[in-house]
Amino acid sequence: MAVLLHISLPPIAVVLHGTSSSHEVCSRMELRSCGILFLVIPVCSLQPQAVSGSSLLDSFKGEGAGVEVTMPDVQSLVNEFILKLKKRKVEGSQATSRHAAVLLRSVISQQRIGYTNQAGTLIDAVKAVGEQLVAANPVELAVGNIVRRVLHIIREEDLSLTTAAMAGLNLSALSDDDDDTGPVDHPVLSAAAVAAASRSTLRPPSLQTLLEDMPDSTAVPHTSSSGGDSEGKSKSADKSSRSRKLKHDVIEALNELIQDIDTCHEQIAEQAVEHIHHNEVILTLGSSRTVLQFLCAAREKKRSFRVFVAEGAPRYQGHLLAKELVSRGLQTTLITDSAVFAMISRVNMVIVGAHAVMANGGVIAPVGLNMVALAAQRHAVPFVVLAGSHKLCPLYPHNPEVLLNELRSPSELLDFGEFSDCMDFGSGLGSPLLHVVNPSFDYVPPKLVSLFITDTGGHNPSYMYRLIADYYSADDLVLQRKAASSS
Amino acid sequence: MGAQKKSASTVAARTSDDPEELARVPLQAVLLADSFTTKFRPITLERPKVLLPLANVPMIEYALSWLESVGVEEVFVFCCAHAKQVTNYLQSSPWFSQPNFSVATIESHNSVSAGDALRLIYERNVIHGDFILISGDTLSNMSLTRALQEHRERKKKDSNAVMTMVIKRSKLSPVTQQSRLGTDELFMAIDPDTKQLLFYEENTYHLKGTLSLDKTLLIDNPSITLHNDMQDCFIDICSPEVLSLFTDNFDYQHLRRHFVKGLLVDDIMGYKIYTHEIHSSYAARVDNYRSYDTISKDIIQRWTYPLVPDVLLLGSSATKLEREGIYRAYEIVQSRSAQIGPLTVIGNNTRIGNNTTIANSVIGKGCSIGSNVLIEGSYIWDNVTVEDGCQLRHSIVCDGVVMKSGSVLSPGVVLSFKVVVGQNVTVPTYSKVSLLLQPTKQDSDEELEYADNNSDVEASSIAGTHNNLNGELTSDLSEMQGSATEELGSGGVGYIWSICEGASEEEWRHSIAPVPAEKLVELSQTMDDDLDFSNQDGNAPASSGELKPGGVSDSDDEDGDANNDSAYFEKEVVFQYSIAYKDVFPIFLNNTANFSLQVEATFLRAVHENVKVDHVILEVNSLKLSYNMEFAACAGAIFYSMLKLVLGTPYNSSAELYNAVINVINTWQRLLKSYLSGKDEEIEIILKFEEMCSESAKELSPLFTKILCLLYDKDMISEDAILDWESEKKYAEESDRVFVKQAEKFLQWLREASEEED
Repeated sequence: MAVLLHISLPPIAVVLHGTSSSHEVCSRMELRSCGILFLVIPVCSLQPQAVSGSSLLDSFKGEGAGVEVTMPDVQSLVNEFILKLKKRKVEGSQATSRHAAVLLRSVISQQRIGYTNQAGTLIDAVKAVGEQLVAANPVELAVGNIVRRVLHIIREEDLSLTTAAMAGLNLSALSDDDDDTGPVDHPVLSAAAVAAASRSTLRPPSLQTLLEDMPDSTAVPHTSSSGGDSEGKSKSADKSSRSRKLKHDVIEALNELIQDIDTCHEQIAEQAVEHIHHNEVILTLGSSRTVLQFLCAAREKKRSFRVFVAEGAPRYQGHLLAKELVSRGLQTTLITDSAVFAMISRVNMVIVGAHAVMANGGVIAPVGLNMVALAAQRHAVPFVVLAGSHKLCPLYPHNPEVLLNELRSPSELLDFGEFSDCMDFGSGLGSPLLHVVNPSFDYVPPKLVSLFITDTGGHNPSYMYRLIADYYSADDLVLQRKAASSS
Repeated sequence: MGAQKKSASTVAARTSDDPEELARVPLQAVLLADSFTTKFRPITLERPKVLLPLANVPMIEYALSWLESVGVEEVFVFCCAHAKQVTNYLQSSPWFSQPNFSVATIESHNSVSAGDALRLIYERNVIHGDFILISGDTLSNMSLTRALQEHRERKKKDSNAVMTMVIKRSKLSPVTQQSRLGTDELFMAIDPDTKQLLFYEENTYHLKGTLSLDKTLLIDNPSITLHNDMQDCFIDICSPEVLSLFTDNFDYQHLRRHFVKGLLVDDIMGYKIYTHEIHSSYAARVDNYRSYDTISKDIIQRWTYPLVPDVLLLGSSATKLEREGIYRAYEIVQSRSAQIGPLTVIGNNTRIGNNTTIANSVIGKGCSIGSNVLIEGSYIWDNVTVEDGCQLRHSIVCDGVVMKSGSVLSPGVVLSFKVVVGQNVTVPTYSKVSLLLQPTKQDSDEELEYADNNSDVEASSIAGTHNNLNGELTSDLSEMQGSATEELGSGGVGYIWSICEGASEEEWRHSIAPVPAEKLVELSQTMDDDLDFSNQDGNAPASSGELKPGGVSDSDDEDGDANNDSAYFEKEVVFQYSIAYKDVFPIFLNNTANFSLQVEATFLRAVHENVKVDHVILEVNSLKLSYNMEFAACAGAIFYSMLKLVLGTPYNSSAELYNAVINVINTWQRLLKSYLSGKDEEIEIILKFEEMCSESAKELSPLFTKILCLLYDKDMISEDAILDWESEKKYAEESDRVFVKQAEKFLQWLREASEEED
């Protein structure tokens, strides 16, 4: 904790002591810098007048944007999450990716960074944690995606900072001056940074970014040059503000990412009306929250259509989906998985969720979907996959390091007691004759997918690699292999 | 609600049942890191059972991970034998540093049973609420929320519901009459509505198919399901009262044999045990070598998901699952020509040579396996060296064993730590080899280990002193080599433990090797014989409410089904009990044969000791009540005993025999008459007599008509009865009508006499 205070005390202490108008200041501050937020809390708890501290807390809690109020040390958080992943206690890519993003945010915020090579340290820290997370549950590709996204964000923010600093020395001089006035100047700066960041995310990966294996190498000359025109004291102040700024920007971008993950369902659902028309028949398999919201959004827009739900053996989540749909007033028909082919000729569109979307546009999806996709192709029914951007995986499915499947317990298929005599190893050869295999995922090749609907809009499978280039930097793709070989 | 709560809290002595308070008490668990058995000897002489690897991960890891995953917050690990090893292991594992999950060890050196352990835990006063009692060798992936909730709700309603046992369905092997875990047949009677456990009986194998239930069970409970296909998972949710019960009854040692049975029998305190059956999840306990094998295979087949090698990373290195259920750690050196078969786990840093075949096996870390080796269904632990050309089938090989080239392990072999098998040696089946000498005073019977305190103290002291022994071991090795070479070939080190007499024929039951084919044939043969026997037995008069084992064969099933129209017994039992029932229901598995034996004994005693007839009647009456027989059966039995008595006395001619019969009947006619209250009883006697003449007492057959006459003369049998008997026999087969024909004249006379009277 001492470390944190060291980093964050100067700007924040001011805010806290002025308790009278703290609420506005804090809420304003919180809006753009959640990263500093959890640094605030320990300081608050040190304060004798706990009233202002708790009211602060409440106002932050109310925001609910993934704010970690209590902040035990990061390593234990990381361990806890790793255990959860290992034990398969967190399931579903949205929950996992959100969890991972929140965790990485706290890793970054607690990472002590020096004056030089700041981005490097952050990247190393994130990579170290990321490797563990990926190794904990290699089949949950969303975790790796988020780690790579965060790494990409760090790189981009660092790049935008250095380019901004190099572009206008007057801007850096301005920031030097404003530094003394406290956090008030941050909106201006961060707005600029966000603009830069958004610009850079839109930009395709340039030759520069591809060649730059050490993005921080540019940072070193910059600090020396900016330090050259100011005196010694302000030079150190500049450095600390820069370090804060990088972290701050990264955390801010991370908050956006978390928000994106949170709202991806709604954003996908918004597009529902464009795709679902009156009197159509939609087929889906199993259950997916994205699909549910998508269908409900279309329903809310007064579209009347029917849904066929394939039950999704062996977990039968289709039953739950059917229940949900009916409760929202949708015409629903429940069928078995094996009846899909028989029904597909009546269907206008297949809409399904996905576990992950690979770089080639292939989909890793709940088991049974490949069959549905083939049936849809046979009858020329559009096969639409809904996937939040956190499900975009920059890896290719033929990469041997990518674990594409997970075999779950056979007890989902059959009752152990009923079959226990088939598995009596005491009599016979001593080796079981009955094997029960329960894979969780299917791979649907890109040629069977008609359309992807992500939170950024609809895309062709062949366009996936382009999206991926926007979200991930090429340097980070190796993360997985490194993790696998080192463990 | 308020009243209910109040009454509950007044009865419950130690805990208040206030829901909020219950919620605040962290869920605790007691993990017994000692099985208090000797089934895993000789391995357990050197390492505690809970640290033995199961698919390359120590058993205790499975138990602890499960406890952690079901939300237990505090675990007390009770260590007894090798306590140091267990605590050392836990200290080096991450378990002590888990957030929200505290592990504390309790060491004891003089506990010899689970009962002692629980008494000690009671003394420590660390358990404050409901707790989970689990043995360290249990693994499960069940979710506890439902069971726990059920337990708490029952507890709230009835403070006497002290324990909930987790059970799981698992069919018995029809041939060996043991479960797939190698445990004996287990009978449980459960109330299907309340899930209350009413009866618990293991080792029914020795009872040869008879099972007696207390008749009050059937009177008190409107319905009962009787199971023999349930497996006890040895996961118990206990209320704190359980601990105090153990303290109150200081002779409770075994959790099941004493505690559970004790509670079931004891109706003064009225404590109740309930069961919770799990369906989709897995739970099992490693009880013996066979269950070690079975559970390992279950893990490999992923029934225990997520506790499977490629997911559970605790303490083991990352493992990758390949097709056909092959789990391979990284960094394995494997020859291209080596064949790894299905369902195999291979640990880190293991090297496998050319043309080696491995199937259905688990290989530990850092092993080196030579060329042309065959490994099948075996469990090889860490750092084992197997040289070229060895063959291992269905055996366990512990850490550090060296198998010199060409050596062969026959099925069922257990090699304990650091044993060396010499070149070209074949270790015989079921042999157990250890560096340690077999304890001289070997318990011949495992059940003895707590009943006979002396032997067990000795056993535990051996286990305890082993740590010191370990140091000396190396120096002893040279001496040992001299004595042990003959057994294990040149360069071999280790003692082959002699199998104690009596246990040898049982060895195949618990061994790791599958039951040999010839044994299976033999068993099914004897079973068929048993079946025939029981069928014959079953054909004997089944007059009153009685259950008879209907047998397992298909032909029996049909008539079993026909009779089994009772709602009271569900057909969950492999032995199908067909019910020939009247309107009352007390049911006995002990059959009439037993009853007639008793009557006969009573009668003979009466004859020899000159007991008064009234007293005999009294005694027979009490027997009749306790066996719930009818008068007909009594009459039949008494008549049978009388004739037996006659046959017992020496005679030269049939005339003499007849005289003797007259004598006996004269003396005891009052006894017999008191049971002949009606025509049914009289017919019963005739039938019985007929049966005797045709089967057991052929000498009497020429006298059949005479004796029948005599009985008629003595007014014991009315003419109606005789005529009824005749008409009953009218349509019987020719062979059954022998005596009717013999008595044809007498019958003729009787008919005429009655006509005349008319």
